[in-house]
Amino acid sequence: MGTQSYSIFKAALLASALALFVACSSTGDATGDEQQAAAGAGDAGSSGGAAGAGSSGSSVQIGGTGAGETAPLTQEQAEREEALRTTVFYFDFDVAEFRADDRQTLAHHARDLAASPDRRIRLEGHADERGTREYNLALGERRANGILNYLIVNGASREQIQVVSYGEERPAEMGESEQAYAANRRVEIVE
Amino acid sequence: MKAYRLLLALALLGAFTVVRAELSIQITQGVDDPIPIAVAPFRASGIGVGAEDVARVVAENLEQAGVFQVLGRDSLLSMPSEQSEVFFRDWRMLAQDYLLVGQVSGERGSQLVRVQYEFFDVNRELLLAGEVLGGNISQLRDIGHEIANVVYEQVTGVRGAFTTQILYVVAEEADDGTSFRLEKADYDGRRAQTLLRSQEPIMSPSWSPDGSEVAYVSFETELPRIYIQNIATGQRRQVTNYPGINSSPVWSPDGTKLAMVLSKDGSPDIYVQDLRSNELRKITDHPAIDTEPSWAPDGKSIVFMSDRTGQPQIYQTGLDAGALSLERLTYDCFQCAKARFLPDGVNLVHVRRETRQSPSYQIAIINIETLRLITLTDTALDESPSLAPNGSMILYATKFEGRGVLDAVSIDGRVKFRLPSTRGDVREPAWSPFLN
Repeated sequence: MGTQSYSIFKAALLASALALFVACSSTGDATGDEQQAAAGAGDAGSSGGAAGAGSSGSSVQIGGTGAGETAPLTQEQAEREEALRTTVFYFDFDVAEFRADDRQTLAHHARDLAASPDRRIRLEGHADERGTREYNLALGERRANGILNYLIVNGASREQIQVVSYGEERPAEMGESEQAYAANRRVEIVE
Repeated sequence: MKAYRLLLALALLGAFTVVRAELSIQITQGVDDPIPIAVAPFRASGIGVGAEDVARVVAENLEQAGVFQVLGRDSLLSMPSEQSEVFFRDWRMLAQDYLLVGQVSGERGSQLVRVQYEFFDVNRELLLAGEVLGGNISQLRDIGHEIANVVYEQVTGVRGAFTTQILYVVAEEADDGTSFRLEKADYDGRRAQTLLRSQEPIMSPSWSPDGSEVAYVSFETELPRIYIQNIATGQRRQVTNYPGINSSPVWSPDGTKLAMVLSKDGSPDIYVQDLRSNELRKITDHPAIDTEPSWAPDGKSIVFMSDRTGQPQIYQTGLDAGALSLERLTYDCFQCAKARFLPDGVNLVHVRRETRQSPSYQIAIINIETLRLITLTDTALDESPSLAPNGSMILYATKFEGRGVLDAVSIDGRVKFRLPSTRGDVREPAWSPFLN
């Protein structure tokens, strides 16, 4: 959900930027951390589900299966193909901004959209069941809009993308566990 | 004292509806000092044995209201069915304050029935009310609810809501995915009918003030859009088709306008659409989320939820043609949302999460003048409060054993009952206005 207040927001941003540097120093992708905007919620003790969902999103780590034998893909092509296979993006509790480590993946989607002007996608935003239904409907849209704007900034055209929020009405996983909640806080790219 | 009334065409149109698995009430908490009342079985003549037991319907209604203790039939010393058969001493001996007697009569070969009842104050040995009700034999349940209304009002001074109805949404898992149904039932969950069935989500049912129409959000076009459906005929029309979210339709008290949420300008804002001219007026304009509009009882202002300070809080905006006034109503909660006024226009029912560390959502009432707060529920995921038209009870959605169910609580928190679902997740209850 939304940011709490701007001072806390900034503090959290700093904290999460630091955490990012520590956690993913290998990617060298810690620039422009305004996109991260963890908004204080993720680190307020309720972020238990974040790890599970995040890794399930990228658990499709195929990494170029058997690429060695057939025509070898360049590393960039392999990266690109894997990125385009990732179509579900998970969010921390109470946070509308997508995770910083999804930025590369989304940039690949944006470039692919730019390269194929006839391609049309739908961004479907979702929330977990905590909080009121109407608020979650709005929150799902806010999440999807965040990705929409990033895709446009990176070359996609507005006409290629439709945004719809389902709020908490279409959970990916039933139940009241942190794991289910984490799986439900998501934006899906649907062709 | 006796009047004759015909229950007008209560016959429910069955053409487009299907009777579904029913909800039925369980009382989970009553008051400590309920009013003792005896309901003698109504003497039946000329009707089949399978006919509805009117006295039992009345007794169940009164028990469900939480403030009465109905004397068990096994404890009756006599079974009077009219005043001449009533000996008040017997009922005083049983420590009963009130007594209801009656009779049901029909004629063979006819579907018409007459129900005569009399209601007594035992201690004052006084006939408080009595009348003869006529109707079709299929309306005996309705007649029972009518009688319960009279009894309730005689004793409490408050108009009874036993003839009201509820709307709610059911989501049910099936082989071909989740199916969604908009259903209407009696206030006690009985006689459910399906108004709409869809493979896409249905949200936010809302009654028109005259009870004839329902507005709701349907995703049937794969986008959330607002529809209005006539409950009796099933005729419906799409009201909105704006880009983005179209949600939260709520009728103005005079029935001429629909408050709603649209995000066509980039973020969700509150709008009011005139239902005759279709003129659309933007009420809030803020880049944060503004949603969940609800009209003040006088129709001159709207309360809504906004997260403009970072978390959901409740605001009120006047609707005067000049400058829209804006006032924040809640401060001391982590999240306060889904507000609606009690009929007094001062007490505000809402969903409340006290702190970030206590992640429970509960139903509460805050007096916006004195800031006195009553938290009414203590389960974790309580939401979508809807008020009975007599202001006595709040119906809301909660979770029980992993499934969505509807609970009700009296506005003083003393009485609670549950409408368990037999199948699927039940959510988003909307209690009807008075329907007669």
